[in-house]
Amino acid sequence: MAALPNLEPAFPEILLILAGMAFLLIGVFRGRESTTFTTWASIGAMAVAAWLIHAAHGVPVVTFGGLFAVNAFTAFAKVLTLLGASLALIMINSWSQQSGVARFEIPLLVLFATVGMMLMISANDLIALYVGLELQSLPLYVLAAVNRDNLRSTEAGVKYFVLGALASGLLLYGASMVYGFSGTTTFAGIASATQSGGGHVGVLIGIVFVIAGLSFKVSAVPFHMWTPDVYEGSSTPITAFFSVAPKIAGLALFLRVLVGPFGGMLAEWQQVVIAISLLSMMWGAFAAIVQKNIKRLMAYSSIGHVGYALIGLAVGTVEGARGMLFYMLIYIVMSIGAFACILAMRVDGKAVEDVTDLSGLAKTRPGMAAAMAALMFSMAGIPPLAGIWGKFYIFVAAVNAGLVWLAVVGVLASAVAAYYYLRIVKIMYFDEPGKALDQPAISTAILYGLCSLAMLGLFLVPAPFVNGASIAAKSLFPG
Amino acid sequence: MTALANFVDGLPILSLVTFLPLVGAAIILSVRGEEETVARQARYIALWTTLLTFVLSVFIWVGFDSSTAAFQFEERLEWLPQYKITYRMGVDGISMLFVILSTFLMPLCILASWEAVHKMVREYMIAFLVLETMMVGMFCAMDMVLFYVFFEGVLIPMFIIIGVWGGGRRVYSAFKFFLYTLTGSVLLLIAMLAMYFYAGTTDIPTLTATHFPVQMQYWLWFGLFASFAVKVPMWPVHTWLPDAHVDAPTAGSVILAGVLLKMGGYGFLRFSLPMLPEASVAFTPFIYTLSVIAIIYTSLVALVQQDMKKLIAYSSVAHMGFVTIGVFAGTQQAVQGAIFQMLSHGVVSGALFLAVGVVYDRLHTREIDRYGGLVNNMPMYAVVVMIFTLAAVGLPGTAGFVGEFLVLTGSFQANSWVALLAATGVILGAAYMLYLYRRVIFGELTKADVKAMLDLDRREIIIFAPVVAVVLWMGIYPTPFLDVTNVAVTNIVSKYQAVVGATASAPSAAQTMLALLR
Repeated sequence: MAALPNLEPAFPEILLILAGMAFLLIGVFRGRESTTFTTWASIGAMAVAAWLIHAAHGVPVVTFGGLFAVNAFTAFAKVLTLLGASLALIMINSWSQQSGVARFEIPLLVLFATVGMMLMISANDLIALYVGLELQSLPLYVLAAVNRDNLRSTEAGVKYFVLGALASGLLLYGASMVYGFSGTTTFAGIASATQSGGGHVGVLIGIVFVIAGLSFKVSAVPFHMWTPDVYEGSSTPITAFFSVAPKIAGLALFLRVLVGPFGGMLAEWQQVVIAISLLSMMWGAFAAIVQKNIKRLMAYSSIGHVGYALIGLAVGTVEGARGMLFYMLIYIVMSIGAFACILAMRVDGKAVEDVTDLSGLAKTRPGMAAAMAALMFSMAGIPPLAGIWGKFYIFVAAVNAGLVWLAVVGVLASAVAAYYYLRIVKIMYFDEPGKALDQPAISTAILYGLCSLAMLGLFLVPAPFVNGASIAAKSLFPG
Repeated sequence: MTALANFVDGLPILSLVTFLPLVGAAIILSVRGEEETVARQARYIALWTTLLTFVLSVFIWVGFDSSTAAFQFEERLEWLPQYKITYRMGVDGISMLFVILSTFLMPLCILASWEAVHKMVREYMIAFLVLETMMVGMFCAMDMVLFYVFFEGVLIPMFIIIGVWGGGRRVYSAFKFFLYTLTGSVLLLIAMLAMYFYAGTTDIPTLTATHFPVQMQYWLWFGLFASFAVKVPMWPVHTWLPDAHVDAPTAGSVILAGVLLKMGGYGFLRFSLPMLPEASVAFTPFIYTLSVIAIIYTSLVALVQQDMKKLIAYSSVAHMGFVTIGVFAGTQQAVQGAIFQMLSHGVVSGALFLAVGVVYDRLHTREIDRYGGLVNNMPMYAVVVMIFTLAAVGLPGTAGFVGEFLVLTGSFQANSWVALLAATGVILGAAYMLYLYRRVIFGELTKADVKAMLDLDRREIIIFAPVVAVVLWMGIYPTPFLDVTNVAVTNIVSKYQAVVGATASAPSAAQTMLALLR
């Protein structure tokens, strides 16, 4: 009998899988009443997993015969993913009680998808990468359609599934090309095969397909078409989950794959990533201007934010990776806060999603309006809020790497994007109040309150978090 | 006096002045009760906070040593230690008086809004207090990142002030103001990052001592120019200003004209000139051209305005044209004059907007034709406006004269044609200001509602008395102001003139542009 592989690095994932199965059993026996329990238990399990990751101190280990790697970078990305997922779960809980779609499966699907993300982040082999990606994707398709009596929700689910399957196919095809021309699927093997630009042109074609597949998962232009529809169709807290956790996992994977196995071909893939980043920033800024539905607007906003984060990748340096990780940290908090505000947009017990439903919020709900305004200004990158630091570190990396023009386009796009963030502030503060929104649930109010305060806090004291991102980024680059 | 100075030295006085308004805002936020009581308390808390801030800032002036060009009252706190970005505050001869200008105008703004603002008074006062923190912080910042944070932070409260409490097309104007300024500022951010990349720090004194490669300077210069030119505003990016002024509430206009426009001139003086001297020399003709166009063109535009605020707004663009000429002329008198012109324009145009606010509160229109003959029923008001009008015209004995005179003298040494053309602006300025005065104050008192207007009340007298005093003081005895700026300006000018001398045989601006394109 072969000896067991070293399981220790995978303890957090194993814990979450076991916990998920146990909660599933509890749910099956106790039925719908167990929703609240499974939600909070899932959050608890995630917290324990995050603690386990933290306790490992980011010591680099490779296990499962080279399929699974942990280091400071994976630790940072996983903790971010868990943070995003658990904050989204809090919103899911209050929403499922309000709207009567209480199902114990929802938190568990989130849990399983999160495990998939963690596996993606830790993948050290193209096969492991694909398995993690699918474990992530399948629960997401179901989550998009979870409000099954709602036409838009089902449509979102189907659309997400069909396009997602296509993207997975692209990625798999690219992976097979890479395997065919380099003769291996392990990251280390590919890295040595493609060292210092020595990769075959077939590998390059493979990389392009892999990039296309991953771009789809992080909804970067031109693979973003599903995003607005899925964001709009899915229930708000599910959208919140979509907008944070898979993005972090996808971007982390993006970084690991491109600077790890394909690090030697930086010059080749850099132009592709620059193009994607550029298009995402521009399209995210311009297309959002005309949006009336706030969730569609947030979809385009997230496309734009991914564009900025991708600058960090395009730079291909430790600084770039650091900027990207820090950007994602700030992005999670901003997004969760904004979606908590959207979740609180209910009139007479029914959710409303039009931007104009926020009219005159400053008079009817000053606290919520102030929180939302802070989040919007932060997204626009106006100091004194944390959003500016995210952009700052990204642009520092770009300027240092000589990509000044990319930074210039980035800041100009951010000035365009500022328009639609300001429009929301304008609607809340300048317009006459419409129908007052319902009293938000306590947990939702706490969530957006904390997130907006965190914007101020992260602005004043960014140093410890940047340090964390810095250590994580360093562990990604050999030597 | 030494005991007092010692006491002042021991305090982090710049941070106190900067953040005291925020404390006031927090207190206002905690007020509970009926809407009416909240509004009343918010007004008083804001007034006392701004007054206290002003008194504290006077201590800075008292303890200021004008015999050195170094930064004083320095404070330093690590912010991002691993990137050498610090929270570093300090004032020198250039920034000190701007701090005083900001804190001086603030209580007047609160008083001017006493009765004019009725809705969301609490939020209004908070917005103004936050604005004060940002303005003062910007002038005190000794780190470029810190400067940028305050520079941009101004946008949020001002956007809300124009958009919520403004009139007319307030939403349009608020957006125009925000997006124009933001677009300029983000290029400043990139330039700042490039400087950081080159020098490894964002510390302003260190950056000033760093010599950037000439080719790099050109790009950096344009990055800074994009931001400061919009703020000044220079022709042709001035179009946000008339809109913002017309639609902002009175106090918003005062701050906009009084302090926000100075941020651009201050930026040129603090960054462009000392840090990028070669580029500044190369682009001086460019600045001259834009400034002369601004002076002549906007003065002509001001002549035909029907709206009082719009007229004063255009006159601001013209007056700021003198400032940019003065800064880039780079001689001792010109730069001194530019600073003085900024200070006097801050006070005078602020006062003119306050004066418009007085009649606007009574008749709710700013159309010039709706008034006339005010001298008959508002004699006190007529005198006050006369003083400010003459100051804006630049009559000797008022604040406006000193600045314009120094700028013209100083720039005559650098370029006599520019001085000559700019001097026509003085004549045009007299034309549109006196024309305005004649139409509003003199003439027959025929309209019934104008007849019913009352002269200044006690609150308004309290507002105008200190401004009138300062305008006359600056005009009759400007030495205390010039003394403060003298050594710091000499320091900048001597370094700049060394570069001017060295590049006298260097390629012209046209050649430089070609080199850039190549």
